[in-house]
Amino acid sequence: MSTHASRLTRQRVRSAWLFLAPVLVVLALVAGWPLLKTIGYGFTDASLIDPASAKFIGLDNFSYLLLDSHWWAAVWNTTVFAVVSVALETVLGLVIALALNAQFPGRGGLRAAILIPWAIPTVVSAQMWSWMFNDVFGVINHMLLALHLISHPIAWLASPDTALLSIILVDVWKTTPFMALLLLAGLQMLPQECFESARVDGVHPLKVFFRITLPLLKPALTVAIIFRLLDALRMFDLVYVMSGNSRDTMSMSVYARQQLIDFGDLGFGSAAATMIFAIIALFTAVYLTVARVGRER
Amino acid sequence: MKLLLPRFLTMLLLILVGSSGAVRAATLSISCGAVGVEMRLCRQGVEAWAKQTGNQVKVVATPNSSTERFALYQQILASHSSDIDILQIDVVWPGTLAPHLVDLSQYIGKDATKQFFPALIANDTVNGKLVALPWFTNAGVLYYRKDLLKKYHAQPPATWQQLTDTARRIQNAERKAGNPRMYGFVFQAKGYEGLTCDALEWIDSFGGGTLIDADGKVTVDNPRAVAALQLARSWIGDIAPRGVLNYDEEESRGVFQSGNAVFMRNWPYAWALGNAKDSPIRGKIGVIAVPAGGTDGHQTGTLGGWQLAVSRYSQHPELAADLVRYLTSYAEQKRRALAGSYNPAIPALYRDHDVLAAVPFFGTLYTTFEHAVARPSRIAGSKYARVSAEFYYTVHDVLSGKIAAAPALATLQQKLTRLSRGGQWR
Repeated sequence: MSTHASRLTRQRVRSAWLFLAPVLVVLALVAGWPLLKTIGYGFTDASLIDPASAKFIGLDNFSYLLLDSHWWAAVWNTTVFAVVSVALETVLGLVIALALNAQFPGRGGLRAAILIPWAIPTVVSAQMWSWMFNDVFGVINHMLLALHLISHPIAWLASPDTALLSIILVDVWKTTPFMALLLLAGLQMLPQECFESARVDGVHPLKVFFRITLPLLKPALTVAIIFRLLDALRMFDLVYVMSGNSRDTMSMSVYARQQLIDFGDLGFGSAAATMIFAIIALFTAVYLTVARVGRER
Repeated sequence: MKLLLPRFLTMLLLILVGSSGAVRAATLSISCGAVGVEMRLCRQGVEAWAKQTGNQVKVVATPNSSTERFALYQQILASHSSDIDILQIDVVWPGTLAPHLVDLSQYIGKDATKQFFPALIANDTVNGKLVALPWFTNAGVLYYRKDLLKKYHAQPPATWQQLTDTARRIQNAERKAGNPRMYGFVFQAKGYEGLTCDALEWIDSFGGGTLIDADGKVTVDNPRAVAALQLARSWIGDIAPRGVLNYDEEESRGVFQSGNAVFMRNWPYAWALGNAKDSPIRGKIGVIAVPAGGTDGHQTGTLGGWQLAVSRYSQHPELAADLVRYLTSYAEQKRRALAGSYNPAIPALYRDHDVLAAVPFFGTLYTTFEHAVARPSRIAGSKYARVSAEFYYTVHDVLSGKIAAAPALATLQQKLTRLSRGGQWR
């Protein structure tokens, strides 16, 4: 009896692998191979124009990278961007999701409408916003001046103090709908019994939110935040379109691209890309561990 | 697997060639830019040659952004691919791409280069090899509002000091007259290649050299260059909006063309757009050379423009060189100047009556194009992109007030000298 069961299990395992094989092969080809190749190039002095003449130089690229203050500035910019934008998006997304979870006429239309910022390609919205942020003909300064909130036009993207802030604002505008949608899906999965009994007991709505909704929503929230954080840590398009290679706002990906493409330094650029991969992997591992520990408690 | 692929390709080729009927004719491919009417003009020129010689030419579309195109070319050439025979390359690329390009002088006569601007031919000659022929040229120019200068009885500026004074006077008067968004001068000061072009003009106009001299020695740290950057620094927040620190060509054109600036530094392309039917400043624009700096400076303009080169991995280098010769010829450059106001790379065309009738400012700008100052791309070779980045980051820091001009240029001098390995650059 037991041998029969284990044979069945074995058979199942075998067919599972069989079915998974094509996907695994494709993944290995399109994701694994380029990744290995990039990591490999990180240990050479390869140039984009002539990769064949690459020489192995050990850890030179990585030690130079770790000594480069511009790299650390890029890491810092990316971290600030990721933490601030994801925090804002989570709070705003949750508020919007709660509002959309309520029953009111026109809910379906509104749900579709809030997705518009998410649906516009990032390059298009980034270009649109950088025109709106323009200090002379931009509409944002125009409005703020008309409302007498500022007395002089502000060069949003040109001064180091406001450039990263502006980029974060655009990301919040763009990605909050996505966050709201993920959380709305989570809200609709929650069991209604808890809410009904809370209502019967006359619990204050704020208490319901903090004691019932939030704890129940935690798995959905965890997934949504990790999605967004991974995305934010490799953020490229917004920064590149809105302020180019400016060192005030440069993200890790912009740094790697500049080294690899602009300077044609395939080896060093690959080392930077490998570091980005390592940082994101480490980040994910830590986050998931913390989240799992939190859930078990 | 490895043996099958070439066989398959040969079969495919045979089928294709057989069906086209032209057994001996070759098929070339050329990459042209696709900005505005560029693609159409390229196709027309190429088709005329194809009809004359009985060959076929494919026009390959490449990205509009020159940085993206550069990356694509590097990848294609690095893989020794014969996919593109003729490449349209930017004026700063010959130094980097030279090892992968054919020496054109073996296919065209020695005298054939004489018709072009000597500066362009010098730029396209790397280590004695003629790696490209100039197709159309470009130089930074100064735009001004004719109507505003007339209104305030001002002359087009010949020096930067005159520009600064005129710009400030008109800007303040216009603001008092009820136009609060008026600025004196806009240019490109975002941290990118455009700032390298602008800042090179400032330094060169003061007689401060071109960052690196012909022997490879770094020369950027000198009193004239410091004076140039100090003057430029004084514009920010005064005659130039602070936002100029994030302006590229199009954003400065946006400010100028919406009527909010007296002067603008830009490339010649802004002329046609500023005089388009829907432009608020149509017919009110004048174009002059970029002013001179200091007491013994000179008027200038950074050299831009595009060249045609033949890939070393081309199957038909001789035919490709012939197409390059055709496309860069007097007749073809004249056709492009008439149809698309592309600046010819041939001096004689600036005296051609038809050309001058179609694009009048070619005549007044002739000296600018003749004496355009080249970025140090030829001498810096494959390190040029890094040189340019170090330069524009330094200038950007000076303009935004993070560091004074003198210590900034001293640091830049050190960085570039280290990058050059003591002036060797190889």
